[in-house]
Amino acid sequence: MVVMTQRHMLHWRYRVLRGLGLGMEPSDKAVKEHPRLELSGITKAFPGVIANSDVGFKVAPGEIHALLGENGAGKSTLVKQIYGILKPDSGSILWDGREVDIPSPHAARALGIGMVFQHFSLFEAMTVLENVALGMDDPGKDRVALAKRIRQVSESYGLPLDPAREVHTLSVGERQRIEIVRCLLQSPRLLVMDEPTSVLTPQEVGKLFETLRKLKSEGCSILYISHKLNEIKELCDGATILRGGKVVAACNPREETARSMAQLMIGAEFRSVARREGGKDAGPVRMELKALSMAPEMAHGVPLKSINLSLRGGEILGIAGVAGNGQGDLLAAIAGERKAATAGAVVMDGKPVGRLGPAARRKLGLCTVPEERNGHGAVPDMSLTDNAMLSAHKRMGFMKGGFLDTAKSRSFAAEVIKRFDVRTPGTETAAGSLSGGNLQKFIVGREILQKPEILVVAQPTWGVDAAAAATIQQALVDLAATGSAILVISQDLDELLTLSDRIAVINAGQVSEAMPAATVSVEEIGLLMGGIHGTPEKGAA
Amino acid sequence: MALKIEARRQISTRMLYMTPFIAVAATVVAGFFLFMMLGADPFEALYVFFISPLETKYGLSELGVKAAPLIMIAIGLALGYRANIWNIGAEGQLTLGAVCGGAVALAFWEEQGLYILPLMALAGMAGGAAYAAIPAFLKTKFNVNEILTSLMLTYVATLFLAVLVFGPLKDPMGFNFPQSRMFSDSATLPIIWEETRLHIGFVVALLAAVAGWVLLTRSIIGFQIRTLGSAPAAARYAGFDRTRLTWFCLMLTGALAGLAGTFEVAGPIGQLVPNISPGYGFTAIIVAFLGRLHPLGIIASGLLMALSYMGGENAQINLSLPQAVTGVFQGMLLFFLLASDFLVRYRVRRVKPLAEGV
Repeated sequence: MVVMTQRHMLHWRYRVLRGLGLGMEPSDKAVKEHPRLELSGITKAFPGVIANSDVGFKVAPGEIHALLGENGAGKSTLVKQIYGILKPDSGSILWDGREVDIPSPHAARALGIGMVFQHFSLFEAMTVLENVALGMDDPGKDRVALAKRIRQVSESYGLPLDPAREVHTLSVGERQRIEIVRCLLQSPRLLVMDEPTSVLTPQEVGKLFETLRKLKSEGCSILYISHKLNEIKELCDGATILRGGKVVAACNPREETARSMAQLMIGAEFRSVARREGGKDAGPVRMELKALSMAPEMAHGVPLKSINLSLRGGEILGIAGVAGNGQGDLLAAIAGERKAATAGAVVMDGKPVGRLGPAARRKLGLCTVPEERNGHGAVPDMSLTDNAMLSAHKRMGFMKGGFLDTAKSRSFAAEVIKRFDVRTPGTETAAGSLSGGNLQKFIVGREILQKPEILVVAQPTWGVDAAAAATIQQALVDLAATGSAILVISQDLDELLTLSDRIAVINAGQVSEAMPAATVSVEEIGLLMGGIHGTPEKGAA
Repeated sequence: MALKIEARRQISTRMLYMTPFIAVAATVVAGFFLFMMLGADPFEALYVFFISPLETKYGLSELGVKAAPLIMIAIGLALGYRANIWNIGAEGQLTLGAVCGGAVALAFWEEQGLYILPLMALAGMAGGAAYAAIPAFLKTKFNVNEILTSLMLTYVATLFLAVLVFGPLKDPMGFNFPQSRMFSDSATLPIIWEETRLHIGFVVALLAAVAGWVLLTRSIIGFQIRTLGSAPAAARYAGFDRTRLTWFCLMLTGALAGLAGTFEVAGPIGQLVPNISPGYGFTAIIVAFLGRLHPLGIIASGLLMALSYMGGENAQINLSLPQAVTGVFQGMLLFFLLASDFLVRYRVRRVKPLAEGV
C-alpha cells in the first residue's frame, strides 16, 4: 500500500502520474443486486432555466459514483432532489429497486441517505456534540452516550473529533468531519458529498479518501460531486457527466484521461494555458509587505501576523491557503481598502503607501480583483459601463471636472467585452445579470486593460467555467510577460501550480516564505496549508 | 396550509415604476370606504379631496406653495437614501433653517435691499446644515444611528423655536402673542402669480430637482452615492470615502430643508411662529419614496402630497371631516406603496406544512 499513500499525496500532480492510475477493484458483485439508487427521467425547471433535463443514472451498492460537471451544469439541483430539498418536476427515483418519493430531508435520512454540503451548517459558538445533536433527527436524551458514539465513529473512520470542542476553534477540515460524522451516526447507505475537497489541504484530502474507501468497503454507496478530474480518477468507480442539465456521458473514470473527461464536461476542445519560462528574468521589486499586521475585520477572523512579502516585476506569485486564513484581510490591506498601521508596511516601487486609500494606490498602478464578484468587484444592479467607471474612472480619466464621461467608460467597457469575450447583450446590461464566469472575465479584463503595474487577484477562476478560466489565466500570464507584477491569492492549488513562478502559503494570518513553484513539493505546501511551519521532516508525511 | 414569503427570482423594473400608481389607486379605493364609514358620500368626498383643489386659481397656487418645501426637502432626502443614509430629521433642519433665516430677517428689519433675501437664504441653509451636522458627526465619529439622532433632534428644534418666539424674538408690539414681527417687504419672497401666495420658492424647488437629477446621474459624487447605496463593499473597493459621502448627504439635505424652512417663514407665513410646518419634513420622506428616490419623480409626488394637504383642508371645511384625514391619507399612501414594493420583490405562496426536522 506504499504506492497508494504516495498517490494520495501526489494526486494533485496527476499529470506526472498518469501511468500509475490502475488498480482499484470495480465492485462487480453489485451487478446482480438492485442498484442502491437509480434515477430516471429527472427533470427540474426553474423560471427561465431548465436545471435538469431527463437525467438518469445508477449507483450500485458500495460504489463511489462521481457526478461531474462544470458550475451551473445542474449537479447541486440534482442532489437536492435526491436529498428531498427540491421536488422533481417529473421522473422517478428508485431506492433498492423500489420507487420512492422523497418529500423532505427528513424522509431522505429515514431511507438512509446522508448528505455533506459544500457549505457547512454549523453553529460556531456551540460544541461539536451540540452541533451533531442539532443536526440529528433523533439524538436521544443521553448526551454522554452520544459523545461516546461520536468518539467511536470518528475514530473508527479515521476522523478524530473531540465532542467537547467548540466549533469556532476548529479548522475547516475538522468542521467537515463534524458533518461527515453526523451522517455516519445515522448509518447511511448512500452518502452524498458536494465538492468536499474544495476547502481541504492535500493531506486532509488524502485522509478523507481513506474514510470514503472504508465506507465503500462496508457497502455504503457514495455519490461524489466534483469538477476535479484527478480526484475522480483516483477515487471513483463510475462517473456521470452533466452538461447544461443533461447527462452527456457516463464513463469509468479509470479508463479515461483527465483531458478526455474535461472535454466531455466542457463540450469543447480543452484549452490549456500556455506555459512559460518562469521567473528567469524577474524584474525589480515592485511591491513589498514589511511586517504587515492587522486585526481581523470580521468576528472569528484571524489577524494578519507580521507578513513579509516581496513581489517582482514580470513574476506571478501565488498565495495558497485554505479559506478563512486571512486572505480577505490580506487583499484588503494590499488594495488599501483597509489601511495599515504604518505607511511603511506596504511599499510600492519604493514608496510607502500603507496609509493611502484604494483610489490613490490605483493611481500609482495597483489594480485588484476581489474574491467576491457581485457587490464587491462589481455593482450588480449597475450597467457594465458604470462598472467600468467604478474602478477605472481615475486611472483611465473617465471624468470631466466633477462629471462622468460616460462615453469614454462605455467604449472602455466595450473593449473589455470584446477582448475578453464577455458574453453579454451589450455595455448597458446590468452586471448582476451576467453569469459568474462572464462577470469575472469582465472584472479581470477591466483591471488588466488599465495596464496595472501591480495586479492582485483573489480566486481568479473560482466558480468559473473551464473555458473562461483558461481565458483569465492566459490573460494573467500575458500581463506578467509585459513586466507587470502579479499576486494571485487562491485556494485552488492546481491553478497556482499552473500559473505561479513562486508560491507562498497563508495559514492563520501568517505567510510562509515564497518557494519556487518548479521545485516545491506538494507535500510541503500541504503541510504549510495545514499550519505546520518550518521544514517538514523527510518521510514524516 | 401555511403562507410562505419568498423572494422573486426576477424583479420587474417596470413594476417597480408602476407601484406609485398602484399605491395611489389603492389609496383612492381605501379612501372610498373610509369616507363611507365616516358617513360621507364617498363620491362627493373623493371629489372634494382630490379634484376640487385643482379647480380654482387659489387651489392651484396653494398646491405650488405646499409642494415647494416638500420637493426641496425630498430631493435632499432622496440623495441620502440612495446612499443608505437615513436622515429622518428634516423637520428639525427645516425648523432651524426657519429660525436662522428668520433671525436675519428680524435683524435687518429696518433695512431695505435686495441683499436681505439671499442673506436669509444663506443663513437658513447654514442653519439647516449645521443642525444636520450633529447626526453626521455622531454617525461618522461614533457610528451612532442617524435615524435616531436626527429624529430626536427634531423635537429639540421645535422647542428651541418655541423658546425664541416666546422670548427674545417675540414681537415687542405684538400684545404678548408668541410670534415675531411681520418681516419687512425686503425680507419677504416675491410672488410669482398675482393675487396668490405662490412664491419664487416653487421655482427654486423645481431648479433644485433638476440640479439634484444632474448631480445624481451625471456627477462623480452622484455616482459615488449610488454605488455606496447599492453595494457598499464595491464603493470601498473603488475608494469612495464613506465618511465624506455621509457628511455630504446629511449637510446637503440639511441645507435644502433649512432653505425650505426659510422660504416658509419668508413666504406664506411672513413671520416666526411656534408652528412653521405642518410636518413637511416628515411628509417629504413619503414624497421621496413615492417619487422612487428620483429627483424628477419627486416633483410629481411632491405635487400629489401637496394635494393631500389641500384635500384634507377641503374635506374639513366642506364635509366637516376631522383634520386627521390628511394624515390618514398620507399614511395609507405610504403603506400601500411599501406593500406593493414588497409584493413586487417577494411573493406570498401557500405551502403545505413542512414535515418536521428539516
